[in-house]
Amino acid sequence: MSAVATDSPSAPATAALSVERVSKVFGGLVAVNDVSLEVPPASIVSLIGPNGAGKTTLFNMLTGLYKPTTGRILLGQRDITRMRPDRITGLGVARTFQNIRLFGAMTATENVMIGRHSRMRAGLVGSIFRPPRVRREEREARERARELLEYVGLRPNIMDQLSTQLSYGDQRRVEIARALASNPTLLLLDEPTAGMNPQESSALTDFMRKLRDDLQLTILLIEHDMKVVMGVSERVWVLDHGEKISEGEPGQVREDPRVIEAYLGKQN
Amino acid sequence: MSAPETTDRPSQAEAFGELRALTREWRAAIDRRLPPWWSRGVAGALLVIGILLPFLFPTNNGFMNATIIALAFAVMSLGLNVVVGFAGLLDLGYVAFYAIGAYSLGWFGSDFFFKAHLHIGVHGVAATEAGIHLNFILILICAAIICGIAGMIIGLPTLRLRGDYIAIVTLAFGEIIGVLAVNGQSVSLGGGQTLTAGNLGISAVDAPYFPGIGQFDLLNLRPWYWLIFAILLVVVGVNLRLRDSRLGRAWIALREDEVAAVSMGIPSVRTKLSAYAIGAMFGGMSGAFLGAYYTTVNAGQFQFGFSIFILAMVIIGGLGSIWGALLGGLLLGYINNWLIPDVLNNVPSKLGLNFSMTEIEYGIFGFLLVLVMLLRPQGLIPERRRKLELTSEIAPEDAQLVESTAP
Repeated sequence: MSAVATDSPSAPATAALSVERVSKVFGGLVAVNDVSLEVPPASIVSLIGPNGAGKTTLFNMLTGLYKPTTGRILLGQRDITRMRPDRITGLGVARTFQNIRLFGAMTATENVMIGRHSRMRAGLVGSIFRPPRVRREEREARERARELLEYVGLRPNIMDQLSTQLSYGDQRRVEIARALASNPTLLLLDEPTAGMNPQESSALTDFMRKLRDDLQLTILLIEHDMKVVMGVSERVWVLDHGEKISEGEPGQVREDPRVIEAYLGKQN
Repeated sequence: MSAPETTDRPSQAEAFGELRALTREWRAAIDRRLPPWWSRGVAGALLVIGILLPFLFPTNNGFMNATIIALAFAVMSLGLNVVVGFAGLLDLGYVAFYAIGAYSLGWFGSDFFFKAHLHIGVHGVAATEAGIHLNFILILICAAIICGIAGMIIGLPTLRLRGDYIAIVTLAFGEIIGVLAVNGQSVSLGGGQTLTAGNLGISAVDAPYFPGIGQFDLLNLRPWYWLIFAILLVVVGVNLRLRDSRLGRAWIALREDEVAAVSMGIPSVRTKLSAYAIGAMFGGMSGAFLGAYYTTVNAGQFQFGFSIFILAMVIIGGLGSIWGALLGGLLLGYINNWLIPDVLNNVPSKLGLNFSMTEIEYGIFGFLLVLVMLLRPQGLIPERRRKLELTSEIAPEDAQLVESTAP
């Protein structure tokens, strides 16, 4: 645990992430429309909204998979708006996916080692000739991967199993470990409790807090489980049809008539 | 429909299931009993057999000839395996690198560029003749470098594409190189020199020469064998090292899930291009060797069918598996150069049929491929983490995400 904690750089004083008036248009469809948000460092915040509200699209822009049509995204002070996904990962943004996307043909440990890619240096020549530097790096990456898997609670005897052979809950764990392997400062979790029972959800909620406290991580999550959202978030943004309709503390947002309308429909 | 049929089927399936479980248990039991140095021991034994093999045969016979060509095919198969097997980029134009490698030999190891006079590390006639004459090792390096660059150039336009579309672009490139080889005799480089010699071929290429070993000739095939065996060892070694490295993992991650891979910090452009380059380099080295061994570089050698032939080696061996690609290359190499022409060729005529086996060799390869696909779709020696890339589908959401990973 301590080894994990010391590895993370200290959080900057300004907002960890600022999204400034970002829009994304696919053909004629406006998926995200003029959304701004500011995430304080070392906080846990949530993005909620009905299906198709544009939450995952926003995530994809934050990680560089989509380029925003307009607007700006800043990581700390740094503009990452049009950067390649791998560069953004290198700057400290890591994510998990709504539908788990582990590399099925790889073991749990190897999956986490992929997460380490941006922190390793070995190139083509180094990989072929394996000088001591490369051997050490490889060994350290493996050790660190196992450390992280232990940290997220994977039993050591299944660390070398193919990821497809793991149970659903364990796959979620591996995905989080893989994201942590790149030493992120900002962790994006896309519906981390999907498919979990209430006990598992609440264990994950506790784990998110622990992550934040141990690593000084900023966590942004997309979530549908209102119990999780209200329980863990310090701040909540609500998207509907690509637009931000509300933001604030969980209690405020819950009372907002526009949010109630978006979720339950208009009262006549 | 009838009652017995419906009851029969599950029991048959059960029986097969049991059989499989049984063989798995046996294998596990065998693995437990074997000493830890077993796999190293086997590798060492194979190495010794490989080195001593020529002494079992006359210096110049059909089987040795077939072995040399089969080893060269295995080198190509290992190269294509990097692109198709590791990185999951279906390449149907691999013959291009055979061609470029062979032409590297034609250009830098013959009197083809007769206006030039460059002699490095050569001996005998080659040292006095006009043209560029480099030592074979230098030619090998040149072939690898030129093919590596060509591989990246061919890779560039495929970076925005996925799946089948990559195959079509690479196929087109293979054809372009083939046409260029034929028509290169009309591409003037000044002073009556041309780019290629078309279907006439660049012949009288230099045989490899090494100080201390001497000039290779086709009356004694042993040095040729050891040369290609050494090249194969290097290529297998590089493959093994790359597979278990940061780069090899990145290739496999891209193959498995490109979106997840780039989100985990893998630069897709650089990683894919390195796969194309490495695969092409091996193809070029093998091509240069075959050019020297066949003593001619002829545009007719570089047909589309050869790309498919190499791909069949990789698939029959087991996509993504180094030992599979090696076995597939040797197997099809032997079938193509020994079994069909030397052993089985006259079988049809003995049976009173009016054709020879070499006339239907592509039919035989097609049949073999279908057989393997039906009985053992994962290949003869499957990769530990095998997945059938050729049949995998692209999720619709991924198609949209392409924009992000383009250069």
